Amino acid sequence: MIRDITLGQFYPGNSWIHRLDPRVKIMVTLLYIVSIFVVKDFIGFALAALGLAVVIAISRVPLKFILRGLKPIFILIAFTFIINMFMIKGEVLVSFWIFSISREGLRMAVFMAIRLILLIIGSSLLTLTTKPISLTDGMEALLSPFKRFGLPAHDLAMMMTIALRFIPTLLEETDKIMKAQMARGADFESGNILRRAKALIPILVPLFISAFRIAQDLAMAMEARCYGSNSKKTRMNGMKICSRDIAACLIFAAFLAMIILERILL
Amino acid sequence: MSIEVKGLTHIYSEGLPDESLALEDISFRAEDGQLVGLIGHTGSGKSTLVQHLNGLLKPKKGHIIVGDVDITAENVVMRDIRRKIGLVFQYPEYQLFEETVAKDVAFGPSNLGLTAEEVDERVREAIELVGLDYDKVKNLSPFDLSGGQKRRAAIAGVIAMKPEVLILDEPTAGLNPKAHADILSMVEKIHESEKNIIFLVSHNMDDIARMSDKVLVMDHGKMMMDGTPEEVFSRGDELKKMGLALPASMEIAAQLRENGFAVGGTCLTMEETADGIAEVLKR
Repeated sequence: MIRDITLGQFYPGNSWIHRLDPRVKIMVTLLYIVSIFVVKDFIGFALAALGLAVVIAISRVPLKFILRGLKPIFILIAFTFIINMFMIKGEVLVSFWIFSISREGLRMAVFMAIRLILLIIGSSLLTLTTKPISLTDGMEALLSPFKRFGLPAHDLAMMMTIALRFIPTLLEETDKIMKAQMARGADFESGNILRRAKALIPILVPLFISAFRIAQDLAMAMEARCYGSNSKKTRMNGMKICSRDIAACLIFAAFLAMIILERILL
Repeated sequence: MSIEVKGLTHIYSEGLPDESLALEDISFRAEDGQLVGLIGHTGSGKSTLVQHLNGLLKPKKGHIIVGDVDITAENVVMRDIRRKIGLVFQYPEYQLFEETVAKDVAFGPSNLGLTAEEVDERVREAIELVGLDYDKVKNLSPFDLSGGQKRRAAIAGVIAMKPEVLILDEPTAGLNPKAHADILSMVEKIHESEKNIIFLVSHNMDDIARMSDKVLVMDHGKMMMDGTPEEVFSRGDELKKMGLALPASMEIAAQLRENGFAVGGTCLTMEETADGIAEVLKR
């Protein structure tokens, strides 16, 4: 019942995009996000959308799956659209009561909506095609230059890995506790908001207790295997930049150049 | 009161790539006052079956009839099922949440809509029945109890609902030998005083052989055997193929027989085996 949550979901596959080095994918995604902010007209967006479409096609992630990720932020997109549409002053197209829609407002609203959608699809492609573990490995590698300024890159990556790893465990635990309380006659579905919130206590208290228990067990197990982030560690599956990563970088550089030229020239 | 299961079938994630047949055409019957042992390898479908008996899962096909009520029917009221059938999950102490033991035990009965006096009465009864001292523990936090006591308190929370069928899913898992024996003698005491049907899910063949009136054996979602402990445990080779074992007492007898000592009797308990061996030695 609570397994429909799709937070940073990974879509298993073995496409060219899936096999790219996570560091390359993270950097490319970041730069893509920047490039979306470089764009200032609709031709630029068409280029950016085309680039995204090509990547989606290569990754073989079903479009339906990607669009499903847009659902939760639909309200955000609608909200920005409406605010932009009414708030920006200019040549009036339609007006009623105290509201008026201007040409500039409408243009800005559509513009921002497209920007948001591209942003979200672009960044969700990263998580859809990269295993959470390689994602954190990539982040760690990219953050490690900042270690000399005291940034605990490895610890941050480890925390993220553990958090991701325990999402399914905690969901399973919640499911078990819910069933156990339902067997004792608990009712989560009826009553007003206050009653329903109160009905959650029998789930939340045991859930917190077991989360702490799991954390303690994990800490103990890590310590028993001499985990300490200040020692130098080697990796079992080290990351290596190979020809396809270089190719991806070159293709992306061409894309970036196109976006910048479009902005300067048009 | 009896419980009858007919042609129960359940499929997990139907229509998805990871679809799996969890229960296949399960049928059995348990009569009033029986203690039914349910055994099977991990993943054999025991827990799925048990959750159906409590109405937590709905079957794809088949019926479960408790007394004269079909609890798989569309229009059945969940509260009535929960009143009839109590389910104690594995590690039930993880479901404790209230400030005091008494309040936690009262959670079930008050959900049944009983009056405050009735609830108090049942809480006291249930706590005494699981072998805890009501006056001592009622105002304690359940988290201050020892492991074995926590489990008793959690079981009391289900018993307080006075179910006609009580299901215990591995009630002794993870307990030390003393607490293990205590919990089992508590189960026998509950069985005696409440006269209900008890389902005992366990991996411990010794306990099942000693306590059950009837044994059900599951494997890969199917009901493989259904009979008295004597009948079921006489098919040792089949049990071993399913990754199960014989009770230690029968294993000893079987090995002695293989080596030429004709130990008689069914040897379901250590006492019976000891008697059998004594007889051989006397001859």
